[in-house]
Amino acid sequence: MVSFQSKTNNTRGGSRSARSPWLTSQHAFGVKTQLNEVLWVFVVQIYSFESQEESKMPAIEFTLNGKRQSVDVPAQMPLLWVLRDTLGLTGTKFGCGIQLCGACTVHIDGVATRSCGTQVSTIAGKNITTIEGLSTDMSHPVQRAWVDLDVPQCGYCQSGQIMSAAALLARKADPTDADINQAMRGNLCRCGTYSAIREAIHRAARYTVNRRVRTGGAE
Amino acid sequence: MSAIQKVARRTFLKTGAAAAGGLVLGFYLPENNSLDAQDAVGKLNAYVRVGTDDTITLFIHKAEMGQGTVTSLSMLLAEELECDWTKIRTEFPGVDPAAFGPMQGVFGSMSIRTSWEPLRKAGATAAEMLVQAAAQKWNVPKSQCRAENNAVVNLQTRERLSYGSLAEAASKLPVPQYGVALKDPTQFKLVGKSQKRMDTPAKVSGKTTFGIDVKVPGMLYATLLRCPVFGGKVKSFDATKAKAVSGVKQVVQVSNGVAVLADNTWSAIEGRKALIVAWDEGALATTSSATIRKTFADLAEKPGAVARKEGDVAAALANSTRKIEAVYEVPYLSHAPMEPLNAVAHVRADCADVWSGMQIQSVARETAARISGLPPEKVQIHTVYLGGGFGRRGGADFIGEAVEISKAAGVPVKLQWTRDDDLQHDTYRPASYTKFTSALDENGMPTVWNARVVCPSFAGLRNGVDRTGVEGIAEIRYAIPNILVEYHPPAVGIPVSYWRSVGYSHNTFFTESFIDEMAAAARQDPVAFRRRLLAKAPRMLGVLELAAEKAGWDTPLPGGRDRGIAVVDNLGSFNAQVVEISIEKGKLRVHRVVCAVDCGHVVNPAIVTQQIESGIVYGLSAALRGEITIDRGRVQQTNFNNYEPLRIDEMPVIETYIVPSTNPPGGIGEASTPTIAPAITNAIFSATGKRIRRLPIKPEDLV
Repeated sequence: MVSFQSKTNNTRGGSRSARSPWLTSQHAFGVKTQLNEVLWVFVVQIYSFESQEESKMPAIEFTLNGKRQSVDVPAQMPLLWVLRDTLGLTGTKFGCGIQLCGACTVHIDGVATRSCGTQVSTIAGKNITTIEGLSTDMSHPVQRAWVDLDVPQCGYCQSGQIMSAAALLARKADPTDADINQAMRGNLCRCGTYSAIREAIHRAARYTVNRRVRTGGAE
Repeated sequence: MSAIQKVARRTFLKTGAAAAGGLVLGFYLPENNSLDAQDAVGKLNAYVRVGTDDTITLFIHKAEMGQGTVTSLSMLLAEELECDWTKIRTEFPGVDPAAFGPMQGVFGSMSIRTSWEPLRKAGATAAEMLVQAAAQKWNVPKSQCRAENNAVVNLQTRERLSYGSLAEAASKLPVPQYGVALKDPTQFKLVGKSQKRMDTPAKVSGKTTFGIDVKVPGMLYATLLRCPVFGGKVKSFDATKAKAVSGVKQVVQVSNGVAVLADNTWSAIEGRKALIVAWDEGALATTSSATIRKTFADLAEKPGAVARKEGDVAAALANSTRKIEAVYEVPYLSHAPMEPLNAVAHVRADCADVWSGMQIQSVARETAARISGLPPEKVQIHTVYLGGGFGRRGGADFIGEAVEISKAAGVPVKLQWTRDDDLQHDTYRPASYTKFTSALDENGMPTVWNARVVCPSFAGLRNGVDRTGVEGIAEIRYAIPNILVEYHPPAVGIPVSYWRSVGYSHNTFFTESFIDEMAAAARQDPVAFRRRLLAKAPRMLGVLELAAEKAGWDTPLPGGRDRGIAVVDNLGSFNAQVVEISIEKGKLRVHRVVCAVDCGHVVNPAIVTQQIESGIVYGLSAALRGEITIDRGRVQQTNFNNYEPLRIDEMPVIETYIVPSTNPPGGIGEASTPTIAPAITNAIFSATGKRIRRLPIKPEDLV
């Protein structure tokens, strides 16, 4: 299926019109036989070829760091490059392009996700948080802990590390070392800041707990 | 050390750093490892400015790639200038040999070593001039004034004059020629105490500008398709499909291949996938790791250029009844910094600008000038933060490519390498091959240190020897009477260069493993054996003893755990590491690393600890999995799935112990990388009785 998609992409600019019916088709048929796929790619290609000249692709809308955002880019463009090149949010980094290093980690509806492997069309209507939106004043417990322990060295992977750590703490207030290994092993750091990252996550967990105590568990 | 000089504002402006008035002092940092400043009289290459607006700015030819330079240099300056060190701004200036010397850059773990004295002197001199200016203003003796906390205080009246208010008057005074006294280290307020890094907040909020984050008006995003075989050239290409990819604007041919320019990075990557190029693969198309290894092995059988000779190795071997021989080897390695290489270049008819995270700005400018055809002084180099360097960003190949593409396309261009590009077109840590011979006397002590080193050269030959190829073997500190180290530079055509800790990265593995082999042959404890050989090397011995003590070398380990040790002196520092490992179901686990380091006087202990850990992780990744292999002239590794650095769940506990020292500072950014691999393989020997003589460690080595 992936290869079919990329074929349709190549039919020019991968307009949204090419993408949308394709997805719908699967739901409509409820079965995904080889034949169906082939037929539908064919149909989609024709549709896309016919429609691309006159119909400008509708913009993709989503919520970015709490604000409504609309972008007019090819549907297959990875979110990473939409953030960096189209929207100028360069805190999210490119490291490998195939979801193996975690430098591009953002939150999609609160879940740590590799933006290099996320086609922008799939985030329509969703809530995206990047490092720029984690807090405006570095008050997020993870950022505070990172500053306290001077975690970064070169710093390049740290946006991704922080986003992964923040997502972990959001679903597990007091993670164990095993939880940290599991949540963070997708985030590479060539400077070797792993010990500091582990310690900072434990510290951030304490900040989070303390904050809950202070606010009487109102959060 | 050279004299500190006052710098006229107009002269200083030429460096591109707009001086807003105030006191500007120039000074000189030595530019090589010998730290010899004898030839530096009258030269300046770094500057401190006390602005009338109370700012203090340091203009210094370095760069920040994670090693903490910005923080530590500010601390050194502030210690004597008596100012708030956290408010010092550090600027990495554009390239200007007249103002900043011929080699602007950060390499060789030299920043602290070369700045240690000059930077404090500059601070002390500036403070002295500010005190003089205040004394004149108040018309009181200088002894009644004291510099403290960004101001001069009148000790009798408690009046204060801020540095900013004194800067202009101080700039009119002559620079004291009597030699301003520096503090006794016992009086240091900042230096020697852990301080927070200045670059942390921006790195935690995603605001730091790395090379990849640079954007200039009208810029296109470029990728470059290079020949997969080193040295190959474009025969012909068809860009029709590439040009049809959404966002692609131009396709241009340059020396290294075919570039695709687009209005975003993704389109440039997709466009490149659609390029069809026929290559002339050139002479290397038949080269493979196996053919390279055979070249190395054949050379190791022949005498090479002599790198060190002492005593009479041949006679000692002839007289010995106990000979030991071993062959050690390591593969090519990639640097793989987390930020894939990139550079922004804007070449115009009469000038050019380059923005990049680079280690050696001087080389970048020279390269950009050569490729653009512009005079060097017409090329402006803008240094931004480096997403890791490790030696890779000391090169300027990626900068040259960006310049050539910008020139060909007539637009500003950001050339972005992908991870595939990074692994397949690196300038690699060379593969290396060493054949050792030694002999033991009747007491089990070695009488011979004989090594034939085969290692590609990249730093130039002197009397047939590239010192980077033999460092760590030729300069051993062990007391062995007969030494012969020979060297061969094989010409195999794979591009090679500096990689964190350079020759030590392989040679310390060789040396420390072979020393361990000798200890085993002599039936001696590895620490006791080294202790005897290091009796006259007190700092080596110091770290050896400290690491052994802290690791509890003489106490038994729980079942299933084993220890190994290794020790090295490099870049003016000394470190020993004891590791604890286990092998369970054929899987190696490194549990604990105890590192003792003597790096002389410490500026910021927290950064020393960071760098020790960092160096260990870098060396550990290489020891466990680092391997670049060649097939038909191509690198086979493509991304982090087949060149996978250490991950957090494999991270050992690292304990760092710093030896208190009043020796001049040693380098720290590369110190700990070489020691970890032999410490691990020595531990594996202790566990299995099997000597590992080739990296990376393979599963079959563990059974």
